[in-house]
Amino acid sequence: MERALVFVLAGWSGFFVMAVELLSGRILAPNFGSGIYVWGGIITVFMVALAIGYLLGGRFSVHRPSLRRLALLLIASAVVSLPVIIVGDALLDRIFDAIHDPRYGSLLSVTLLFFLPVVLCGMISPYSVRLLVHEYELSGHFAGLLYFISTFGSAAGTLLTSFYLVLAFEIREIVGGLVAVSVALGAIALLLTGSRRAARA
Amino acid sequence: MLRVRDVVCCMCGLALGLASNIGRAEQIVHTERSLYRNIIVYDESGMRCMKFSRAATAGRQSCKLLKAPDRLVFHYTQMMMGALLLEPVPQRVLILGLGGGTLPSAFASLPSTTTVDVVEIDPAVNRVAQRYFGFNPGGKIRVHEEDGRVFVKRASRNGVRYDIVLLDAFDQEYIPEHLLTREFLAEVKGLLGDRGVLAANTFSNSRLYDHESVTYQAVFGDFFNLRSDNRVILTRVGGLPTREALERNAAAVLPRLSPMGVDLQWVMSLLTTERDWRADARVLTDQYSPSNLLNVQ
Repeated sequence: MERALVFVLAGWSGFFVMAVELLSGRILAPNFGSGIYVWGGIITVFMVALAIGYLLGGRFSVHRPSLRRLALLLIASAVVSLPVIIVGDALLDRIFDAIHDPRYGSLLSVTLLFFLPVVLCGMISPYSVRLLVHEYELSGHFAGLLYFISTFGSAAGTLLTSFYLVLAFEIREIVGGLVAVSVALGAIALLLTGSRRAARA
Repeated sequence: MLRVRDVVCCMCGLALGLASNIGRAEQIVHTERSLYRNIIVYDESGMRCMKFSRAATAGRQSCKLLKAPDRLVFHYTQMMMGALLLEPVPQRVLILGLGGGTLPSAFASLPSTTTVDVVEIDPAVNRVAQRYFGFNPGGKIRVHEEDGRVFVKRASRNGVRYDIVLLDAFDQEYIPEHLLTREFLAEVKGLLGDRGVLAANTFSNSRLYDHESVTYQAVFGDFFNLRSDNRVILTRVGGLPTREALERNAAAVLPRLSPMGVDLQWVMSLLTTERDWRADARVLTDQYSPSNLLNVQ
């Protein structure tokens, strides 16, 4: 049961990151265009943020790892994405006025809006591995399974967003929906761990 | 060295051209893969043409008659020159999308014009236009190699104004989606003075047609909807001119446009404000702009 939840949270986190990455290109285009440099900046920032997330997530998993904390990570990553919807356009306009080279304007914008959420999402994978592995012979098996599910989630997030979601919804509606699903999944995990803890006590 | 390379290019291009277009007298002069697209320059029945993809035979971007390079050979360029029916003596002109440089050169040749700003995202297109199409910036013409949206936004912040803005950045294979939204058109409108004129060359003939129409309508109100092979939208800030004013302007610009081969009577005959689209289509915005998906449906 706990394992299944870990897989669900990690898979969703993969979906979330790629959906947001695709939409970030759309969010930046009105101010910085859609040239190759915009995508270069986006991919760079997302990769660096994920790298740092993996590092921090691994460290964070050493002391008293729990599904509860994993759920809180997912909720936190969703909450810190909210500025994308709330202050996104105003912030991008100010950066457009301050920085005239669209390369550095877009790089700074991606960093301010997306770095923190993606770091938190990156923390989820190594943290999940720690929760899944109980005997070290199976560590590779579970790590592989986790990569499979979270990367598959990323693929699904990319395809659904670019093929279907943008045809039906506004960008802020999609980001709002992604945030809502993250919070809902995190809350379900918290409730389940809470009830199990109560049952044990 | 350059020449040797060009000859080699020409020869392999020719071979490829023959292989893929048996029976058509299309001679490939130059091919180039840029950051954004494949550019193919070819000669066909006395014309030098540029297109952006091998597959699209109808995707001809720009052509010049080799013997009369000042003549506008395409219906759509003639329709775009129709902007002069709404503003016969423009001074400052902005063009998004360079192609072979035909439209910039045509507008720069008008005596009233002082400045033609051209925005082209792809440096390779600018290079090819100069090397193979005799495009010659400098003087009145300035080319800005950057994203059209960024240029427009920056110019409007700086209080720059134009008498005519031409949008020519689309082809039927790909639409830059951030250049077809209500917010972008509002920024363009901000660049136009009280009586500024917009001419947009668009390709939509699918579901996108309805969305595009209501989006232009939302920002500019009524517009002339010129339909031939392409679709050209012509409109003016502060309302369209009367038929009499159009006739007067036509008479005024005729001596300039006839030598370019523009059939003004034909362009005049296309000026209709009839709404042949679904008014309940969703307006395209920065939040909702799946233009390329809508264009294939």
